[in-house]
Amino acid sequence: MEFFRNTNIDFLGKKWYFLAFSLIFSVAGLLSIFFWHGIPLGVDFKGGTLVYVKFANTPDLNHIRAAMDRAGLKDPKIQRYGEAGNNEVLVALEQRETSESALDQGKTTIIKALESGEERQSGKRDVNNTGPSSLQQYLVSKDPLHLGGIDAPARYLVIAQQIDDFRNKQRGGVLKSVDELKGVAPAEVVALMEQDFFTSNFAVRNVEIVGPQVGGQLRKQALWATLYSLGGMLVYLWFRFELIYGVGAVVACFHDTIITIGFFSLLNKDITLTVIAAILTLIGYSMNDTIVVYDRIRENIKLLRRDSLADIVNKSINQTLSRTILTSGLTFLTVLSLYVFGGEVLRGFSLALVIGILIGTYSSIAIAAPMLVAYQEWRAKKSGRATLPAASAAREKAKAKA
Amino acid sequence: MIKNQTLKVGIIIAVLIFFLFGIFGIPKSFTPAGLLAAMQERIHLGLDLKGGTHLILQVQVNDAINADSDRAIERLKDDLKSKNIAYGEMVKPDPQNHPETFHVNGVSPQSIGDFRSLVSDRLPDYDLTSGPNNSFTLTMKPSIVKDTKTKAQQQAIETIRNRIDQLGVSEPVIQEHGLGEYQILVQLPGVDDPARVKEIMQSTAMLEIRQALGGPYGSEQEAMQANGGILPANAVLLKGKNIGGTGQQGDQYWVITRASAVSGSDLRTADAGRDENGRPDVKFTLTGEGGRRFYAFTSAHVGERLAVVLDNKVMEVATIQEAIRDEDRITGAFTEQQTQDLSLTLRSGALPAGIKYLEERTVGPSLGADSIREGVRAAVFGMVAVMVFMLVYYKYAGINADLGLILNLVILLGFLGFTGATLTLPGIAGVILTVGMGVDSNVLILERIREELRHGKTPPQAVDQGFKHAWTTILDTHVTTIVSAIILFLFGTGPVRGFAVTLSFGLAANLFTAVFVSRTIFDSILSRHRRGEALSI
Repeated sequence: MEFFRNTNIDFLGKKWYFLAFSLIFSVAGLLSIFFWHGIPLGVDFKGGTLVYVKFANTPDLNHIRAAMDRAGLKDPKIQRYGEAGNNEVLVALEQRETSESALDQGKTTIIKALESGEERQSGKRDVNNTGPSSLQQYLVSKDPLHLGGIDAPARYLVIAQQIDDFRNKQRGGVLKSVDELKGVAPAEVVALMEQDFFTSNFAVRNVEIVGPQVGGQLRKQALWATLYSLGGMLVYLWFRFELIYGVGAVVACFHDTIITIGFFSLLNKDITLTVIAAILTLIGYSMNDTIVVYDRIRENIKLLRRDSLADIVNKSINQTLSRTILTSGLTFLTVLSLYVFGGEVLRGFSLALVIGILIGTYSSIAIAAPMLVAYQEWRAKKSGRATLPAASAAREKAKAKA
Repeated sequence: MIKNQTLKVGIIIAVLIFFLFGIFGIPKSFTPAGLLAAMQERIHLGLDLKGGTHLILQVQVNDAINADSDRAIERLKDDLKSKNIAYGEMVKPDPQNHPETFHVNGVSPQSIGDFRSLVSDRLPDYDLTSGPNNSFTLTMKPSIVKDTKTKAQQQAIETIRNRIDQLGVSEPVIQEHGLGEYQILVQLPGVDDPARVKEIMQSTAMLEIRQALGGPYGSEQEAMQANGGILPANAVLLKGKNIGGTGQQGDQYWVITRASAVSGSDLRTADAGRDENGRPDVKFTLTGEGGRRFYAFTSAHVGERLAVVLDNKVMEVATIQEAIRDEDRITGAFTEQQTQDLSLTLRSGALPAGIKYLEERTVGPSLGADSIREGVRAAVFGMVAVMVFMLVYYKYAGINADLGLILNLVILLGFLGFTGATLTLPGIAGVILTVGMGVDSNVLILERIREELRHGKTPPQAVDQGFKHAWTTILDTHVTTIVSAIILFLFGTGPVRGFAVTLSFGLAANLFTAVFVSRTIFDSILSRHRRGEALSI
């Protein structure tokens, strides 16, 4: 089976369309970055509090918002998370709700606001929001099994973990009543817990709290690491090809990154650490694609010495087109599968890859390769003579002599 | 040729077995469940996949410098007194930002020589500079400052590790965090109870015994009034619990010396117990050196009061009846659990400085499991689709590519198993890029072989040329990406590193499978090939 055979598309002839296309997308993204949504940084980079809450029943967002208001939290972002049947809600707070001395102040306030007032006042604890270590601590202090001995903490830890496992794995995180623990933990423990615990209708499943300092450092560091790695690639390509090849490849990567980040800005989707990992991945892909085309150009320059660079570039893109479409298509398939089936946690990550694979493939054909020709034309105009900047003829001659 | 071929196949099988061992070790049973358990033991999943608590905290290293310079001040005072060198006062101008600096004002002019030699003799860690009016500034040497700060961080790591150990968490990570200065990363798999963890960790348990100069006072104002509006230079006002049942409600205030007679590092043991009235208390004993200092302190101050200060809070004040050598206890309004916790924190050593939390993440165990399940399902689905496509598109040659892909994953996972590197979500991004580039390598080779065949080459020639040409491309793409992965590893932390690690491993494996393994399979197909027969590609 073969999809493409001896294609002969004049890619360079369409360079103005490409330029227009790239400009539209980058400018739209940049406009959104500068004048609309900005770069929507996730909590990892901006700092702030994210609390993922699972409810026993379908949550009423207005009700939650009212509870947050009463607790004095200023404009929390409240949204449903994941599939509707999961009854999960994400509450996001700005940086200012974390404080220097108590990083988790925002989280504590959210939990308190969600627990209904009456039960809290009774001084009871919430079984759905008590972790195994706290439960162990409680059991050790009450000692319902009258263990007394040295190994009591270890034995209560086992019981506490059983209870926690049961709640998380069998009941999806939320118990409806302490009664459900009968049979899971010793009867004495359950009896004691029935006196001291109540069951709220939610459980906190996931918390991310990032202070301002870490966010800033991480932002700076991720940026620099990416720039350094682009620089490293440029130097390697300079060494293996010519400087202009390195520049072309890096410009194409910048183009892809800007458009992807622009997309996130347009959609107002948060750029988290995993999205950064996806952007690094797409830089890798784009670079890979570009090098494949460049490699073919280098090879053809040696073979077809009489053709113009524009013809050679066109020919090389066509020769590698089958491979480009296949590889990108297959990778796109994997990434799309990740986007569709990968679940909510991977959504931002796979979205960046879905956009990135498309743009990365496009840019190696539409940006990186034409740049070589544009550069050559510019040099020719400047010096008044046509030189091939490729696979440096001089270097080849030197090799031939040696 | 045949012999050479056998050797190559041998190498491939050896590599396969080696990395399978990397993934599974020697499993107890070969059932799917047994293999899964063996794999889970070898390949460490990051907290984002496994669930747990992740904390980044910063050691307030200036605390340690302050403690050191406070001790230096006290020592200098004692020495000056014993040498009869008169001076005006000693002050620390900016303990917040410059804890390493203090001034000695008004040293009597005739003793300046003695003063200089005393400082260089007794406080070799400090640089002495003179100012106007016989005043002097002592500054801790920068190398010593750095050293003290690093030590404070190291000790904090050790202390936290000891405390966490007593919580019974398996495979905790407690290490220096590269992102900022004096940061510590704490990762506790399976713990979704950060409040309790922090309770154990955060209690700095900076235990000190200091001298109580005055108190208790009902309020700050009252304390200041009693001291004529200004505190002695060597003293601070500290809050304390209502001690001794004076009938007052709420906090009390005490005037306490800045320097401590003994501190947490002088502590040998601490145990929770009860005093003669049955109230929970914590008994502690001191090390030899600490005991000697405590003895010197108590014998010099009989009849005066000492204060047990825990984290800058006065826990207890007692009149010194007689010289005490190396035992004391803390009694307060404690519950039994509090005395248990306190003795635990004291036992595991004092934190040399306070800590501040910078980041806190908890991944619920079920959420981590969900994202693994969904991610793995999606990845397997994608991979299977890719492999089926390769078979359809390239026929028998597709088997070649598929085998390479599977071997690639085995090597990558085996690497992770051998090196103990953790697999995180960004790490999976690295795996995806690896798989993508692995597919690409195969497509490059196969497309090139087809192209050569179209140009009328015989199958062996086409295979040879195809590999030769594709090889330069594959090498360039892989080396470029490995270069970037190495740079990301060097300059990145945490997540970025996880990506870089799996990517470099994966690409190295790729070079092997795409070029060596694939070539060997092709050669063995060709060797059974009849002349003139078409290649299934």
